[in-house]
Amino acid sequence: MGRRRKDQPFGEHVAGNGILNRRIFLERTLLAGAAGIGASASGALAEPLAVPRWSKEPGGDFTAYGQPSHFESKVARTWAPPANPATPGVGSSRTPHHLLDGTITPSGLHYERSHSGVPDIDPEQHRLLVHGLVKQPLVFSLEDLSRYPRTSRIAFLECAGNSGALYTAQAQPLNVQAIHGLLSCSDWTGVKLSTLLDEAGVDPRAKWVLAEGADASGMSRSFPIAKALDDALVCLYQNGERVRPANGYPLRLLLPGFEGNMNVKWLRRLKLVDAPIMTKDETSKYTILLKEDKAWQFVFPIEVKSIITRPSPGLTLKGPGFYEISGLAWSGNGRIRQVEVSADGGQSFAPAALQEPVLPKALTRFRAPWQWNGGPAVLQSRATDDTGMVQPSRAQFVAERGLRGNYHYNAVASWRIEQNGEALNVFA
Amino acid sequence: MCLLERFALCAATIMLVPAAPAMAADDAPHFGKPVTAQDLAAWDISIGPDGAGLPPGKGTVAQGEAVFSAKCQACHGEKGEGRPNDRLVGGAGTIAPDKAPVKTVGSYWPYATTLFDYVRRAMPWDRPKSLTDDEVYAVAAYILTLNGVIGADEVLDAQSLPKVKMPNRDGFAAFPRWPPK
Repeated sequence: MGRRRKDQPFGEHVAGNGILNRRIFLERTLLAGAAGIGASASGALAEPLAVPRWSKEPGGDFTAYGQPSHFESKVARTWAPPANPATPGVGSSRTPHHLLDGTITPSGLHYERSHSGVPDIDPEQHRLLVHGLVKQPLVFSLEDLSRYPRTSRIAFLECAGNSGALYTAQAQPLNVQAIHGLLSCSDWTGVKLSTLLDEAGVDPRAKWVLAEGADASGMSRSFPIAKALDDALVCLYQNGERVRPANGYPLRLLLPGFEGNMNVKWLRRLKLVDAPIMTKDETSKYTILLKEDKAWQFVFPIEVKSIITRPSPGLTLKGPGFYEISGLAWSGNGRIRQVEVSADGGQSFAPAALQEPVLPKALTRFRAPWQWNGGPAVLQSRATDDTGMVQPSRAQFVAERGLRGNYHYNAVASWRIEQNGEALNVFA
Repeated sequence: MCLLERFALCAATIMLVPAAPAMAADDAPHFGKPVTAQDLAAWDISIGPDGAGLPPGKGTVAQGEAVFSAKCQACHGEKGEGRPNDRLVGGAGTIAPDKAPVKTVGSYWPYATTLFDYVRRAMPWDRPKSLTDDEVYAVAAYILTLNGVIGADEVLDAQSLPKVKMPNRDGFAAFPRWPPK
């Protein structure tokens, strides 16, 4: 990007209702608003500065494993109470994206999904079995696996049911965590699945792989062998430390870009087969019932999608003026090419700045400057990936599949900004 | 299996498979340990839609009703009508266009083999993998009978279960954008 030209001043409106030019994120340009350098937006003087207590006494000691500041206790996962108190651990907890920034989700805030609770697995006793249509069935201990060459990649995981609350006729008063919180992104490290399959010797008749967890539900899914030989990883580490129990300790499958549940946690078994097993979760659950009487089956990649995390419900705007619109974009089919934002409910869009690095099958942070005039506004974001696929409008999305699908909702989402500064989930 | 038998099996396997670790000729790590079909059998619990993997044994509807009352009903309701957990029975016709779908084993599941697979691996919730294979056949028969899929006098086993035609067997379509262009 070149330097800002004089005929494109900061505050240049590039789309309706106050969307400003993204150049302020791309250039070394200080915020010098219409009021001029040195003038406060509120017109008020700051309070006199006192030296606080913590600057006048020693601080705390070292800790074995650090925790966030106790002032940040509200930054936490949330979950709905179980339908049956006798079966806890059935369901999911959600990432508080409205309170986070960047693209890596802290491991303790990664969304959780389990079908029969989180198992407490002894890594010494855990085994991975590779069998079926292979020349030689093999068993690996974690010690065995830890000796293989490792690779790392940053990848998002999104539950197929994320944003499912938008598969309704009427918009519900929910926040970004409740609607879109089954989404997280980590730096995963492990062994290429292809290495292990090569060692077992893939029979040419093998077309699918059944992956199974060691949890009480024996969560299992079939996936194409092409994915196994492409970019699948058997993960030991998440964000630099061993995978957390809720995310599959001591071993999880990573199928970058594929719907969350296929990335089988607590991985204990991979069986090469000639056809899908038709497990409970690939027939009765993660299938998309259309308007007509058919359901799409084996919908693997998460298609291009974006959400605005700030402003969003619960983050009330403090009067008219400058705001940064910030959010996340991702595609299970590749890299984000562009994100556009709108403040007038999709009548006009302007491109947002993409925060580097922009990685394939990973979350990308976008930012756009916005001058709120205090009037009605509807904020939207629309992502395009490098396959050319554009995130659909809600009308396009509903026209294709109706509202019975439950899974893979990826239409453009809307927050309406009320005159009191509150944000509200709406359909626009 | 006695030690001698185990040795004989391993030896046979190695002779059949020249790529086994002891004989690896390439520079790949080869840290996986060979395992015999017999020794991995306890983990090989997935059941294909053609019935591949179904164990010996059988169960009747009456036996299944007794298992269901004792071990399933508290979560899945009387006669599988649901609450507090998933509904297993009913919903026939609700998959049709513009209806509010009630997805149950009877209205939505395409394969009866899936029922055996899931019940055996995951149910009952508090004691998964505790049912005998006969009990799993029996409780599958009971749930299918409640859904009107099989008659009350039918017996399920490895031969009959894969032949059960589920009402929504043809209710699924391939995702049109896969594989990607």
